[in-house]
Amino acid sequence: MPKDHGIGASSKRREDVRFLTGKGRYTDDINIRGQAYVHFLRSDVAHGKINGLDTSAAESAPGVLRVFTGADFEGVGGLPCGWQVTDREGNPMQEPAHPVLAQGKVRHVGDPIAAVVAETYEQARDAAEQITVDIEELPAVMDMKAALKPDAPKVHEDLTSNLCYDWGFVEENREATNAAFEKAHHVTTLELVNQRLVANPMEPRVAIGDYAAHSDESTLYTTSQNPHVIRLLMGAFVLGIPEHKLRVVAPDVGGGFGSKIFHYAEEAFCTFAAKALKRPVKWVSSRSEAFLSDAQGRDHVTRIELALDAEGHFQALRTETYANMGAYLSTFSTSVPTWLHGTLMAGNYRTPLIYVNVKAVFTNTVPVDAYRGAGRPEATFQLERVIDKAAREMGIDPVELRRRNFVTEFPYATPVAVEYDTGDYNATLDRALEMADWDGFEARAAESAKKGLWRGRGINSYIEACGIAPSQLVGQLGARAGLYESATVRVNATGGLVVMTGSHSHGQGHETAFPQVIADMIGIDESQVEIVHGDTANTPMGMGTYGSRSIAVGGSAMVRAAEKVIAKAKKIAAHLMEAAPEDVELKDGQFSVAGTDKSIAWGDVTLAAYVPHNYPLDEIEPGLEETAFYDPSNFTYPAGAYVCEVEVDPETGKVRVDRFAAADDFGNVVNPMIVEGQVHGGLAQGIGQALLEGCTYDETGQLLSASYMDYAMPRADDLPSFQVDHSCQTPCTHNPLGVKGCGEAGAIGSPPALVNAVVDALQRGGKDVTHIDMPLSPARVWAAMQ
Amino acid sequence: MYDFELVKPKSVDEAVSALAAEDAQPLGGGQTLIPTMKQRLAAPAVLVSTHDIDGMKGVSTDGGVMTVGGATTHGTVAKEAASAFPGLAGLAAKIGDPAVRNRGTIGGSLANNDPAACYPAALLAAGGTVVTNAREIAADDFFEGMFTTALEEGELITVVKFNIPEKSNYQKFEQPASRFPLVGVFVAKHSDEVRVGVTGASEDGVFRWTEAEQALSSNFSAEAISGLTVSADGMIGDLHGTPDYRAHLVKVMTGRAVSAAE
Amino acid sequence: MSKISMTVNGKPASGEAEGRTLLVEFLRGELGLTGTHVGCDTSQCGACVVHVNGEAVKACTMFAGEADGAEVTTIEGMANPDGSLNAIQQAFQDHHGLQCGFCTPGMVMSAAALLKDNPKPSEAEVRDYLEGNICRCTGYHNIVKAIMAASGQDVTAIAAE
Repeated sequence: MPKDHGIGASSKRREDVRFLTGKGRYTDDINIRGQAYVHFLRSDVAHGKINGLDTSAAESAPGVLRVFTGADFEGVGGLPCGWQVTDREGNPMQEPAHPVLAQGKVRHVGDPIAAVVAETYEQARDAAEQITVDIEELPAVMDMKAALKPDAPKVHEDLTSNLCYDWGFVEENREATNAAFEKAHHVTTLELVNQRLVANPMEPRVAIGDYAAHSDESTLYTTSQNPHVIRLLMGAFVLGIPEHKLRVVAPDVGGGFGSKIFHYAEEAFCTFAAKALKRPVKWVSSRSEAFLSDAQGRDHVTRIELALDAEGHFQALRTETYANMGAYLSTFSTSVPTWLHGTLMAGNYRTPLIYVNVKAVFTNTVPVDAYRGAGRPEATFQLERVIDKAAREMGIDPVELRRRNFVTEFPYATPVAVEYDTGDYNATLDRALEMADWDGFEARAAESAKKGLWRGRGINSYIEACGIAPSQLVGQLGARAGLYESATVRVNATGGLVVMTGSHSHGQGHETAFPQVIADMIGIDESQVEIVHGDTANTPMGMGTYGSRSIAVGGSAMVRAAEKVIAKAKKIAAHLMEAAPEDVELKDGQFSVAGTDKSIAWGDVTLAAYVPHNYPLDEIEPGLEETAFYDPSNFTYPAGAYVCEVEVDPETGKVRVDRFAAADDFGNVVNPMIVEGQVHGGLAQGIGQALLEGCTYDETGQLLSASYMDYAMPRADDLPSFQVDHSCQTPCTHNPLGVKGCGEAGAIGSPPALVNAVVDALQRGGKDVTHIDMPLSPARVWAAMQ
Repeated sequence: MYDFELVKPKSVDEAVSALAAEDAQPLGGGQTLIPTMKQRLAAPAVLVSTHDIDGMKGVSTDGGVMTVGGATTHGTVAKEAASAFPGLAGLAAKIGDPAVRNRGTIGGSLANNDPAACYPAALLAAGGTVVTNAREIAADDFFEGMFTTALEEGELITVVKFNIPEKSNYQKFEQPASRFPLVGVFVAKHSDEVRVGVTGASEDGVFRWTEAEQALSSNFSAEAISGLTVSADGMIGDLHGTPDYRAHLVKVMTGRAVSAAE
Repeated sequence: MSKISMTVNGKPASGEAEGRTLLVEFLRGELGLTGTHVGCDTSQCGACVVHVNGEAVKACTMFAGEADGAEVTTIEGMANPDGSLNAIQQAFQDHHGLQCGFCTPGMVMSAAALLKDNPKPSEAEVRDYLEGNICRCTGYHNIVKAIMAASGQDVTAIAAE
């Protein structure tokens, strides 16, 4: 029987009611009396020197309050990078300045040059057309390998080259890995591109700066996944505002997928300008502007080699990856191709020797940073593609080759510095094959053939490191932040609770799922628990939501805080029942004393905490409110297996996804309905990457895929209904809920399954195609067949 | 976008006088024009909406000719042309999306002559006449290359007349992002000839594939064109497809349209 | 600026608009109906879908002046008279047809238009009809399921687990 409440129940989402009736409160729905509007004049060339900037006509245009340029930001900090990577020799990465507004040079199309603040948005935009910019265009640095040639133009003159870092991992394993390749029975090599993507949450970014002169307090309303992180980065590194004079509010946020983690220039600008003008300043990105200013994702070019013995056992793996940073280092950009990527190269397999080399490169493109999965999709794609290719080359069934190499004993320490606590990769693979009716493939292929279509199937087995992250570990690896999470549980006198969490919900359903956990712990109705998030003024310092961390880290913090509350409540209950605290039990909202018939209700105890007339004041304080900061001791390791079946139209190259089965092990699951929804969304983004999406620049640095007219977003008729399953559960061993996180799995696991399926279809159709780079658009598939 | 004056005439005459103003332009459904204006790539001073001109709306059939008012929406054509001219109705039913079809008009689409618009392929293949406030223009004389037509400044498409074919079909191979045709082929089998209109493919805009027309006129079957090849010269090449690919698709879509024609 | 009047969600509403004022800007800015959203500027995403004289349109691709005198229905006008969720809204909640909620108003308005024309759509018809509504969160699976459930059809056959 499915549960109808508490952990494991598919409770309907309470937040839905406001979203379904038009009562959501997104940042653009906020309008502050007296607000002005900013329009950013952005560079239309990819690389150029600003020789002159004349804003005088714009300054006197109707409605204009002020025109800001880079000169106004001299002495103001730049946008910081949150993770320092060291190179193979132990030297720190090259870290260029990232000004709020361009200082003498523009480095990508969309780089902001000036900002016009006016009474209305249209006035600001009208005035911006009157700014004269004298730009001396420089050659654009676009191709990563060309960018590293000694004579390449430099994106940043003050750096020695366009190389951010040359990272080796694990450097000590390099020689041994190379030696293993020398001895290998078989080596499979694959060169591939993990193409640049645009996150495209449906809500474009918005920022509103506000300044209260009476208290000298600045407030930023912003579309962020992590308001506390923005407050810290912007306050401490950019604008020099102490946290107690800066409030950051991220209200309802319309999706993020990583792109709303980062601290952006527009946030700092609006906060700065509001104080300068003593007026609220609002910026609303258009979708077109988002394509030029939201950090983009992926963009890796990789050569991967897998060494196998005669039986197909993996002997060694080595990769060389070029990772595009874009023109500046976005907040977590440097960690994505390194620690979020290299550490996952073992996959689900026992590969004794692994060496990963990553060269991070500056180019004249929009900065690249984390996008759903962040590094882990890139790792999984390489690995699962090269394994499929190896299986074909060696004549081993691709399912069998994977099984032969699966890690089956836990804990398992990989050669790339992480320890998997638990898992069962055969179980999810079995389940995925069963759901997809793997054995019934041939009959379906025959049906497809009657229609003139080629059917193919592909599998993928993935692992990811989530629950980001153990602070001390990531600190050693270069993180400039702690990655704990926080929660305050405030019990009110009449027994209801408010949980103030540092996690942020922008679609994940925390307002529903978090109360399920607390309600279970205490034995009260979920409706008695309210979740507060998204405002630095009323939540403890928290690190926000990304990396599938909310339930694993934020949920654990909430559990810890609730445990403290319950421990104190038991003391109060013990006093009221004249029993020893250790004898007091809490179940179904009732405290009782073991072995007696004494009991007292939760509400009576909470009332006593705030009306302490009969209360052990000499032992404990009144009130019932506790805060916990939870720092995980390890990552969590969700894993699973995906099966994709496609039909390819050999005349046009068009691929249709016929069925997609996903079996995931997320450990324990709090709300199955929400978890399945997360998987559906991840699958759509992964299938989108594999089939449709691609961010393309021309050689001069102009973005060709600059709107939904050219950037192919997955639509309802591009996708099938999905089969998803999370019944294979190996609970996480090191967090209190045994949860692993589910947000990114679909996006990580689906691209290789789909590409494997298309390659399979083409081979069955008699085409000698071993790889096609994503997206597998009809044009590319057709070209591969020619 | 730049500001302008919106005029909503109730008759063609009122519309024509309003269009005489400097930098005046007709506004059909605005489904292409408004996004263009948002990018500040168009700056009309006056927009003359055809939406309230009842005389420019509706679909009627008379003696083998279908007459469609210039302000008729795609959604209306999809419904009202279905029995008499299913090929045209099928084309209209796949333009854009339902909300776009409720606003976008046939006159607006033809006047804009986007190289990837659907209607131009139908007009060329069906043959017929574009009727304006001033004159009648034969289908073969109407299109003059990408975004260019025989229309004069201030001229308004009031009615579009199609010669209803015996059999017809439109096959659209969608560009994955915009869903506009990467290649769209309208095949029309008339009693005396077969006409094939191709959109989306050529740098010169919509065109007739005359070799296929000849082959199909003597044998209306997909096999009839199997020996033909389409030259990639002059085909559009962009991130969604090379000229070779588009040329290939012209043939594939033509064959499918012939097979599906009803 | 000129004065525009329309009937919105059954009530008379009026405000000031320039020629270039889009219907969505008028609804959000002038009337304070912020449930209708803007997710793109190329008329593709459908977050702004409302009904004008009973037909679904993209409020970002129509001028406010074009709707002068029209009957307009927005997401704020979709609940039952007693304020409870209507059948489509309820199905979206029951089947988890929304996550971040940003595309949701447009999805609900498109779904309502679909079911008016086609009371029992097939899965393929639902997916086809949603061509102009982009969702980045749900992968559409549960949106399709919700719309079919709202039409009174059994949705257990739609693959879920």
